[in-house]
Amino acid sequence: MATGRRIDVEEVGDVTIATFVDRKILDENNIQQIGSQLFALVEEDGRKRIILDFSNVEYLSSAALGKLITMDKKVKGAGGKLRLCAIRPDIYEVFAITKLNKLFDIKDTQEDALQGF
Amino acid sequence: MILAEKFDEFFSERIPSDTARGQEIQERIIALMEKYEFSERDVFSTRLALEEGIINAIKHGNRMDLDKTVLIEWGITHEVVKVVIEDQGEGFRMEDVPDPTADENLERPCGRGIMLMRAFMDVIEYNSKGNVLTIEKRRGSE
Repeated sequence: MATGRRIDVEEVGDVTIATFVDRKILDENNIQQIGSQLFALVEEDGRKRIILDFSNVEYLSSAALGKLITMDKKVKGAGGKLRLCAIRPDIYEVFAITKLNKLFDIKDTQEDALQGF
Repeated sequence: MILAEKFDEFFSERIPSDTARGQEIQERIIALMEKYEFSERDVFSTRLALEEGIINAIKHGNRMDLDKTVLIEWGITHEVVKVVIEDQGEGFRMEDVPDPTADENLERPCGRGIMLMRAFMDVIEYNSKGNVLTIEKRRGSE
């Protein structure tokens, strides 16, 4: 089973930008790894302002949505803020259908997400 | 065989309750749709639904029991792709599926998966026992 970095992490000022590496966030094992790597940003590194960049992501399943929701809770629980950005229209529809576009703070581009963060 | 209609191509595979094997079948169905030149949008919708449907059969239906299998049948014409996924679980009733938007269910993929299949596919039906799922995508439908 492939294990490796599923997100690229970059810092812009005090904001952490986590970019998904995978084109497809579908596979159960990938999703588990993505979850642990995302949660570590908050729980281990203590990061509070986090942007998740979806530019590479072409597919996303409901299991992945579960991880994102948990991530959002963890960030909020730590008194931080989470934003999502660069979600292509097909994927945005997945958020809209499940009404998660209301839960998440979603911006069009990384620049928009950084604005006023 | 469950699928009775006439297709240009028809396949039937029985796999163990292993998500990697489910992925393989998913790739074969997607490749077939690409061969028949279905649009990217149709392929996107079907891939999403296959992921949810196959995972549900393996995880919720067969509870990852490797002694249990999932039967997947798929047929294609230039107009439609149809997939039937049968697990060996107890089945379920649609009305028992928890509300995926409720807080305590946020990590549970099943309700949200069904919601997504409904939105992206033309047909999604379970048999009365709840262990056979039929999904269908017609070319170019929204």
